[in-house]
This record gives sequence, C-alpha cells and structure tokens, in this order.
Amino acid sequence: MPPSVWNILDFEKPIAELDEQIAEIKRLTQEQGQDRSEDIAALERDRDRLIQEIFSNLTAWDRVLLARHPKRPYTLDYARLIFDDYVELHGDRLFSDDKAMVGGIAVLDGQPVVFIGQQKGRDLKDRQYRNFGSAKPEGYRKALRLMRLAEKFRRPVICLVDTPAADCSVEAEERGISESIARNLMEMSRLETPIIAAILGEGGSGGAIGIAVADRVLMLENSIYSVIPPEGCAAILWGDPTRHKEMAEALKITSAEALKLGVIDEVIPEPLGGAHRNVEQTAKNLKAAIIRHLNELNKLPIDELTDKRYAKFRAMGEFEDLSLAEAQDAAASG
Amino acid sequence: MAAKWFRGKSARKVARQSVDALPDGLWTKCPECNEILFNKELEKNLRVCNKCGYHYRLTAWERLQITVDDGTFQEINAGLASVNPLGFPEYEEKLAGDRQKTGLQDPMVTGTAEISGIPIVIGVADFSFRGASMGSVYGEKVARAFELATDQKLPVIMFTASGGARMQEGILSLMQMAKTAAAVGKHDRARLPYIVVFTNPTTAGVHASFASLGDFILAEPGALIGFAGARVAKQAGLIHRPDNFQTSEFQLEHGQIDRIVPRREMKSTLVKLLQFCTGEGIKDAA
Repeated sequence: MPPSVWNILDFEKPIAELDEQIAEIKRLTQEQGQDRSEDIAALERDRDRLIQEIFSNLTAWDRVLLARHPKRPYTLDYARLIFDDYVELHGDRLFSDDKAMVGGIAVLDGQPVVFIGQQKGRDLKDRQYRNFGSAKPEGYRKALRLMRLAEKFRRPVICLVDTPAADCSVEAEERGISESIARNLMEMSRLETPIIAAILGEGGSGGAIGIAVADRVLMLENSIYSVIPPEGCAAILWGDPTRHKEMAEALKITSAEALKLGVIDEVIPEPLGGAHRNVEQTAKNLKAAIIRHLNELNKLPIDELTDKRYAKFRAMGEFEDLSLAEAQDAAASG
Repeated sequence: MAAKWFRGKSARKVARQSVDALPDGLWTKCPECNEILFNKELEKNLRVCNKCGYHYRLTAWERLQITVDDGTFQEINAGLASVNPLGFPEYEEKLAGDRQKTGLQDPMVTGTAEISGIPIVIGVADFSFRGASMGSVYGEKVARAFELATDQKLPVIMFTASGGARMQEGILSLMQMAKTAAAVGKHDRARLPYIVVFTNPTTAGVHASFASLGDFILAEPGALIGFAGARVAKQAGLIHRPDNFQTSEFQLEHGQIDRIVPRREMKSTLVKLLQFCTGEGIKDAA
C-alpha cells in the first residue's frame, strides 16, 4: 500500500478513485496530445456530484476524522496564506520555547496583528517535534506573553486553534499546566484589544479554550470543538471506547452544533470535499471572515469591547431556576 | 514500611468513597492505614483519622459547619438546576439519582457567611453529586458568587472539588471554565481577596479555571490535584509517574500551591489570610 492510501478516509475512497481516473486521462492527454477535455470535464462533474452527495450525509464521527485528517492544512499552512510579513517570536521568558504553540507578529490586510496558534506536525519526526499539537505550560505562557504585547501596542490578536488537548505529562503538571490555562482564560477575558479565535481542526477541550476566549470565535466547517475526545468519553461514561461514533453524535461537537449552542459566532465554509482539497480557497474564506469581524471589532471602544466579551461567555450554559418556577407556580395558584 | 506502602498506593486513588462502615455503624476502618476508628471520635476529629491523618471527604454541609461561624451561612442560588441541553442519553436519570442521594441540586453550594466575624462569599463543592463535575449550574453559581462578592466588596473562599467537566453537557461545560475565570477576573480587578482550598479531588476543568486563580491557594493533605483527571490520564496512557503524582504534596513541591493545611488548622489559617487582606480583626500591638 503506498502511503498516499493511508491518507484517504474510507468515505473518501470513491472520490479518490475518480481523482485517479481524471489524473490518468490528463497524463495520457499530455503523452498522446489528444484533446480529452470533454471526458475530463464530465468526470469532474461526476466527482463533484459524488463529493456533494457524500458530504451532505456526513456523521459527527466523519467530521472528527476530517478534523484529524492527515492531509488537513495546519495552522502555519493558513498563516502563510493569510498574513504578510510574519515574524515568528519565541519563548515564554520563563522556561523554554514550546514548539506546539507558535506565534509572532504579522500583517493582516494592511493591519499589524499578533498571531498565535497551535501547530501539529506532518510526518512522524515533525509530529514529535510539535508534540502532536499539545502545548505545555510554556506554550500557554508564551501565548499570554504575546497577547500582552498585542495589548500594549493595541494590536488585535488572531488565535488559530488546532490541538487534540493540552499536554498532560508529568512535566506539564510539574510546571502548572492548569494554572497556565486558567490564567489565560482570566487574562483573555479582560485583554484590552480585540481577539478573534478560529478553530481549524481539533478544538480539544482546555487546550483549545486556553487560547480561545475571544470576541469572536469562528470554526471551519469540518472542525470539531469538544470538552473530551469521543473515544475517551465513551470509555469513561459507557466503559466502551468502541462506541466513539455514537458518542461523537451525543457530544454535539460539530461546527453546526456549536453554532446552535451559541458557543461560536460563525461557521466558515470549506471547499467541496474539505479544506485539504483546496487550502487556498479555505484560507481565502477564513481570511475574509477574520477581516470582516475585525473591522466590526475595531469600531468598538475598548471598554465596550471587553464588556461584550465578558457578557458573551457569561451567558454560556443552560439551566433552570426552580425558585423562579416555584414563585411563578405560587403566584399562579394564589 | 507498611505505612509507606499504603501511601504510595492510595495516593493515586480518586474515587474512593468507600467508607468501609462496619456493620453496627459505630466503627469505621481507615482506608489509608486500616485503623478501626470509633465513629464518634472520627466526627470529633473533623473526619480525620487520628492515627495516619487521612482526611475523609466531607459533604458541603459538613464543610460549612466546621468552617463558617455558626448560623451565619445563607445559601444563594439554591434553586439553580441542571437541564439536559444536549439531550444526552440517561443524563436526567443520573441527575435525579444524585438529587435523591444528596439532597442537592448541584455539587456547588454557594452563599454568604462570616468567618470569625468577617463577612465572605463562600462556595463548597460536594463530590458526592456527579463527582462534583462542572456543568452549567456549577459554573453559573461560581460566576454569580464572584459577581455578588464584587458588587458587595466581599472576599471569596472556594473549597473546590471536581472530577472534571460535566461531560453530558458537552461543549457548554467547557465554556464554564471561561465564564468562571472571567468572573474571578472582575473580582480580582476590584482588588478583593480570593482564597482557594483544594479538597480531594480537584482536577481537570475546575483545576484549570477558577480554582487556580486564587490570591492564596491552600490544599488539604493527600488530596488529588491535577490537570488530567484520573480516568483521562489513564486514557492517555500516563504510566511513568512519581508515587506522589498529582497529590497536594506534589503540587507544593513544584510550587503550585501556597500551603498544605490540615483540616484542624483550616479555619484559623483562613482567618489570618482574611485579616491580612481586609485589615479586620488584627490584634493590637502589645
């Protein structure tokens, strides 16, 4: 099996077969000099119809697989396409430089910004180098240091989120992984500059929200945002990690569900077949959405901006007040 | 030797709620050192084993009784109750069971009280309700407690406990981390004191949000404290870990908490911290 096959999800296989056919005809066209453009166009139409059909019936678990797709574009793939003049800055000034959390200064549509994001690795070596996108305390502290820099110069912060979870190793615990995330939550809630967060792939629990307390939270269509991975949750609650598909459904982790629950502000559409089939188009969509939100936020006085950010997260959650219900019952019966 | 062996073994146990009550209800076996304890003595000793110092878990009401001045606690937001926002299977049944078992609506009990005459807002988490997992109600009660304290310029004391996020509330439970931390931020900016006491266990989403933001962070001895909940850590295959991993003692050694305070000294310690911050009740110079 060539490695490329491992990078294809089961439900993508019929699409990949058509892709191969198209590529083969294109190759023959070049070799033989025949014009087969009509055949190609027909096959491409078939393929696009097929993709549309498959993608209109995706399950929650399919979305998990897409969010973790080995070919899915990662943070720096987007950063290269979205920002100009990116200058990476390193280190938390306390302990080390976390390779799973990248960041620096950049220009977005003519506007200087601070960019922060979690970075996963592509091949085995790179994955280890990036610690699979799981940041340690020094990563969250580096992120906070860069946010302070942004605040000082009143530059907006753009956070690109893509992490399975924060690192939970012994060393992360020794250096206070909980404290580093908690501090970011508090400081981001009152940071005096606009913040936009976009979830690109995996929005994994505390690791994700540790850089996602933002004025606007966006999600790419096939990304997920979850308090726990479905496999882990199925193991813990149902004692059966093989029920991950069912759990993915129950946890409501897709972008559409997050929007319905009021946890995010906008779903950014991905091109046909998912972000990995057209990075440039995905980046274009993402960039346009970030700029649109930023232009709105830039108009707000800082006090109003931070008040609104507080109110936004303050309102999240669903519950009932029995004392109110009782009072109403009493009033009705009285 | 034996005591050392037990400590290493038991330090990692989280959900040990087995009180091992002996048949007549007069005696209890200590889960740490196996000492047979006379229940009345155990109560008198604030549910701490008089042989090895093992701290039994307390209910929210037991904790309040030994912490605040008699008759000063007034509960707030007691009527807040969980709904099933995701339509998660069997969630309502589990909630109903815990409500019946504990008489609570939620693990987080909040209110106003006085400690040595100093008015405070206090929150106590009760592990016996859904493992003190943080869902919308838990988060809302914590946020409201901080907002009340900010409004009335009062200190906050939080006795935390939690097995983690309320998984049945999905992403909404994750958002409680941001919500509670933001509420602490307002209280903090108003330069008001916030004291946290980690009780067994304080982990995951609670540990990584409002619980780690105190001006002072205390812990009961031998409590399990950490980022990855025990079951998540197990899932992550975390095997090479020190014997005292994620205990109060481990967190103290690594600079993550201010002090370990035995239960018997807790109230007097809280009073000193409150006096330092508020300037109330300090002894005059001799």
